[in-house]
Amino acid sequence: MSNPYAKLPAWAEYILIPLLNLVVAFLVAGLVVLLVGENPLDAAYYMITGAFGRGEYIGFTLYYATTFIFTGLSVAVAFHAGLFNIGSEGQAYIGGIGVALACLWLDKTMPWFVVFPLAIIGSAAFGAMWAFLPGWLQAKRGSHVVITTIMFNFIASSLMVYLLTKVLKPLGQMAPQTRTFEAGGQLPKLDWLMSIFGLNLGNSPFNVSFLLALLAAFGVWVLIWRTKLGYEMRTMGHSPSAARYAGIGEARITIIVMMISGGLAGMMALNPIMGEQYRMQLDFVQGAGFVGIAVALMGRSHPAGIIPAAILFGMLYQGGAEIAFEMPAISRDMIVIIQGLVILFAGALENMFRPAIGRAFASIGRRSVAAAQTRGA
Amino acid sequence: MDLFHTIIAILESTIRVSVPLIFAALAGLFTERAGVFDIGLEGKMLGAAFAAGAVAAVTGNVMLGLLAAVLISVLLSLVHGYASITQRGSQIVSGVAINFIVAGSTVILGEAWFRQGGRTPALSGDARFQTVTLPFADAVRDVPFLGPIYSELLSGHFILTYVAFALVPFSWWILYRTRFGLRLRAVGENPSAVDTAGISVIWLRYRAVICCGILCGFAGAYLSLAMSAGFVKGMTAGKGYIALAALIFAKWRPVNIMLACLLFGFLDAFAIRLQGNPLPLIGQVPVQLMQALPYILTVILLAGFIGKAIPPKAGGVPYVKER
Repeated sequence: MSNPYAKLPAWAEYILIPLLNLVVAFLVAGLVVLLVGENPLDAAYYMITGAFGRGEYIGFTLYYATTFIFTGLSVAVAFHAGLFNIGSEGQAYIGGIGVALACLWLDKTMPWFVVFPLAIIGSAAFGAMWAFLPGWLQAKRGSHVVITTIMFNFIASSLMVYLLTKVLKPLGQMAPQTRTFEAGGQLPKLDWLMSIFGLNLGNSPFNVSFLLALLAAFGVWVLIWRTKLGYEMRTMGHSPSAARYAGIGEARITIIVMMISGGLAGMMALNPIMGEQYRMQLDFVQGAGFVGIAVALMGRSHPAGIIPAAILFGMLYQGGAEIAFEMPAISRDMIVIIQGLVILFAGALENMFRPAIGRAFASIGRRSVAAAQTRGA
Repeated sequence: MDLFHTIIAILESTIRVSVPLIFAALAGLFTERAGVFDIGLEGKMLGAAFAAGAVAAVTGNVMLGLLAAVLISVLLSLVHGYASITQRGSQIVSGVAINFIVAGSTVILGEAWFRQGGRTPALSGDARFQTVTLPFADAVRDVPFLGPIYSELLSGHFILTYVAFALVPFSWWILYRTRFGLRLRAVGENPSAVDTAGISVIWLRYRAVICCGILCGFAGAYLSLAMSAGFVKGMTAGKGYIALAALIFAKWRPVNIMLACLLFGFLDAFAIRLQGNPLPLIGQVPVQLMQALPYILTVILLAGFIGKAIPPKAGGVPYVKER
């Protein structure tokens, strides 16, 4: 399909336009704050100090960011192949089973560095399995992956309620959750990393899975831009018919991409389960899969964009708690609005400012050409 | 006789929970038949429910509440239309965005305006829809068999319930028997043919999106003004997605939509009834399985194992006039 918009310089394409869309999203969010009768500038101040004011706050911000890097990468990988995986939420939820099983099995006998790799494999395998069916259905039966992944989110949530209330809950306990893991099921915190910068981690659950997230981001970059599979994925994403003519197996790519995407989403479960709560609780994903959509759109599906976008959303989550404390009228639901606005402006309306910017660049270009000519004459 | 009354009671609650699904699924029918996919049914319904609850609580007038619901829902539809028709953005991304914006802002605004933990004040009297007793409902109550069916199953619903069921043949008539309906279906299958005939694809799609907004407004108003007395945060609880599932399950046809919504409503009503009571022969069925059943059925249908669900051909694709 031809691009109906004029080509822009790279810095405008990758920095100016995303930034502009983000600014508009935040301006509209500011309007909501005004509507509630609070000062948006104060809210922004509380948010930034709440997210970065102290070592502990930074730890929380990065803890949330870890989660969003995983889900953002999950959505982004699917985007590259032209697939929209709304199911990261459910895949992350099911991924939790893999983490919980590894921990419940070995946490009393093995140290964390033995349990962790198994938990990684388990979470990725369970997440991938939950994404396999939608992928297979799209590839072989032609049912749209968007609809099936939405349905699978709901099925996952029912399944997990069943498992946590009936199967994984220890006898005689009321709360729908697994037992608390022993030392082997608890990931070490990254206080040494923070102390390099002279910061104190405090109570924040910033843990080793952050490093795994960075590793995953690098892995995704290698996969998409440095491997044959990545090339095939991007070809299919740009033009399915070109991919077909080139002999790229559409069904195979669809299934593999969905499984990679589901695996990345599933790995998100490591962070809250092994890194913070040391048990699997009901609803531990808390919408992180959907935040991943906003993160992937904002980061333009590139790992180098996803990491800052995830940190921004980590800031919103951690700083948002601080706003809620200072301004009772603004609860954490403000973040959901901002998330929606970012998805709207960075995703659905991403081309809104493009014609205007294109015209601006064109007129600057003409003017400098004209200026050069008059100087020459 | 006891079993008979139980069945009547289950069917009665089936109708009650199916109504918002019917409104929302018909809403989806109009946009999707015109080639605009809409994942934002959930958000529009929630926004409408909030607007209805808030306005009815402040003014004490149920009709103003309904009007506010329709207005907000149409406004949200126009945002979706602007993003996906005018700006040619991704329809799915835009729908997802609307769901989040509404989910967050109904809580924030509700808490700021009413301070009741995201609820709107409880409605009573003229601020809420009242049930309608059909003529002679009391007189025929004692007639065996048909009496209870008429007086308990058919009578005693809200006016919106009857509107919802009347809308099913009405939507069929609009889509299949009017010029507007023909063009609307055409624009969802082959927009360039419609364009060649000199009819504006953009304006037609906008009208479809507005129809969707109006119907989602009714769905939301039913939730907060009829089914419950006021808005509760997150009260749609996935009904928009079930409606979407019903729409697909019904293969984008009006009468099938009603049947699909009744089926999903029945599963819901049955699951509530079943809680704690084992089924004969099968034994205890987990409630969660019943709750997941509409989604599982839709996935199986989509996979082509129960007939084939073929969406409108141009669905999801923004229309670009040749340059």
